[in-house]
Amino acid sequence: MAKIDEYIPIVGQSTIDDLKLLAERLKGKVVQHINSTSVGGGVAEILNRMVPLLREVGVDTRWDLIKGGEQFFEVTKKIHNALHGRLDTVNRQDIDIFMETSKKNIEEVNTSSDIVFIHDPQPIALIDKKATNKWIWRCHVDVSNPSQEVWDFLMGFISRYDAAVFSAPSFSRVMPIRQFLISPSIDPLSDKNKDLSDETINEVLEKYGIFRDKPIITQISRFDRLKDPIGVIEAYLKVKKYIDCQLILAGGTASDDPEGLQVLEEVKERAQQDKDMHILLLPQNDIEVNALQRASDVIVQKSIKEGFGLTVAEALWKAKPVVASNIGGIPLQIKHRYSGLLCNSIDGAAFAIKQLLNSQEYAKKLGENGREHIKNNFLVTRHIRDYLLLFLSLYHQEDVVYL
Amino acid sequence: MPKSTEAKEPFKFYTRLHLSELTGLRASTLGQLLDLIKTVPGSCIYHHTHRFLQQHQYLSPEPPNDFAYWVANVLGEDELGERLASIDTIQYSTIRALREIIVFTIEDYLKNNPLAKLKFARAGEEFYFIKSASFILPTNYVVNDLEGFVEVVKKITIDSIYFHIFESRLRLERPTNDFSNWIETSVGNKKLADEISRLDPYTHTLEDLRKTIIRVIKRNMHGKNR
Repeated sequence: MAKIDEYIPIVGQSTIDDLKLLAERLKGKVVQHINSTSVGGGVAEILNRMVPLLREVGVDTRWDLIKGGEQFFEVTKKIHNALHGRLDTVNRQDIDIFMETSKKNIEEVNTSSDIVFIHDPQPIALIDKKATNKWIWRCHVDVSNPSQEVWDFLMGFISRYDAAVFSAPSFSRVMPIRQFLISPSIDPLSDKNKDLSDETINEVLEKYGIFRDKPIITQISRFDRLKDPIGVIEAYLKVKKYIDCQLILAGGTASDDPEGLQVLEEVKERAQQDKDMHILLLPQNDIEVNALQRASDVIVQKSIKEGFGLTVAEALWKAKPVVASNIGGIPLQIKHRYSGLLCNSIDGAAFAIKQLLNSQEYAKKLGENGREHIKNNFLVTRHIRDYLLLFLSLYHQEDVVYL
Repeated sequence: MPKSTEAKEPFKFYTRLHLSELTGLRASTLGQLLDLIKTVPGSCIYHHTHRFLQQHQYLSPEPPNDFAYWVANVLGEDELGERLASIDTIQYSTIRALREIIVFTIEDYLKNNPLAKLKFARAGEEFYFIKSASFILPTNYVVNDLEGFVEVVKKITIDSIYFHIFESRLRLERPTNDFSNWIETSVGNKKLADEISRLDPYTHTLEDLRKTIIRVIKRNMHGKNR
């Protein structure tokens, strides 16, 4: 795993110096992250990179997981979907299951650190253990239009935290606690984003029987309805009428997402009709994801809801032209017609893909601008800086803080 | 580079890092935007008139404030967008004054274009008010002469340049930027101080600004030593 100084050639010495200066101000404080899974999904991915780097800049950082059975994660998936506005009803029994598992975790997880950093709704009820220490709730979910009932249930917990963190301004609402905007990030030195040789890229394509004889359109995402893989297939079929191209839908499933395999089966069935559609289940193979993104001509992220959409940042970091939905955190990453194309429908996505495949110079320019935007705003070093500032803000209420 | 004389006082470089704080306040119409601009904290006005500089620091030209961008691109009020974008931010040395001119510009426009009040942003495209929480801290860089100063300006973060050029003037209500202040009072070079003070930082990207400051100082030092 990359050391903090290895980021200097990308972001500059002084940026890393700033992180160390901030970390000095947190000397003696222990920060504890708590979430529900160590693998699969964006949160685990970020924490896997973030925790060692925070330790390296000098912040005493721990990472704990809550435990839960299948039933608990089925309920938290329902809660997740309800936060995204889907009409999954969370009933009384679901709440009982949620509270019962939460109670066990409250008994078992030690939360005596100075700063307890809770990620997403699964461990949210741990706030019952709050003492005089500081607690942050980090929401990675798109909550721009949640089920009011579920949101009200969660607010019973959220309002007892010291601060909440959201990934996009549209997720915020007037609240009794401080709330901050912190975008997630990608790690430019991770297997998923580091430079790859053509040889490696070709090996991966060969492994999956993909030839570079026609343009490649790719969406990398968990197999999840909210990522709209069927919508991507429909957009691809519209493009295919005019341009002979191929589609890759690749991703894994998270251990806290029981619905994933069912969605994968539906997608596979739909793809049977066309030999140019490649449906790949890639559980945690970051080099392969990286290679597929680099081999692509256009990368798509046609999600219906999106906590942030880190795959967009990954694609832009590789200077790829991207077509993505105008939702959640995606507009923060793509400035329409400048660093990618935003869409609001299947037709819009198809039109944008056609535009990019037919205008290669334009597509190249969008990709280059996108890479620069990601470099300035969405790399892990900026994310570490924001977290350090967030921790410091728990001890300073003023708008201008002199450290 | 020619040797420069020692300054009376050293220059200590600071950096300013900001965290975006959400307010939960949002506007869907020009009327709501105007009402909120009048009442939100000064750190909101600061955020929305300066955020672009850092987030899109590689871009030029760039819409200089979020209000202008939203009014033009979401509500389709291009003329008002242009008026807001061309507010000469550098002329306003306080956030209060900047807020007043923004309010005046919108009110004046609405007087002649009352129908503009009826336009709504669609769901998800509302204007979200955000505050900047600023953290100011000293870096390890301290210099005693112009030569050392140039070397540090070459390598400090754009956040540090930002702090000494923008933050000190507007938010902390100082009469000039920190660089010019030190060059005039400690180095005793008023001509150079004025030259840097005259730069309109709002029309440069931060990297451009860094290069321009270095060029201006080097030219001045060479000129003096010829």
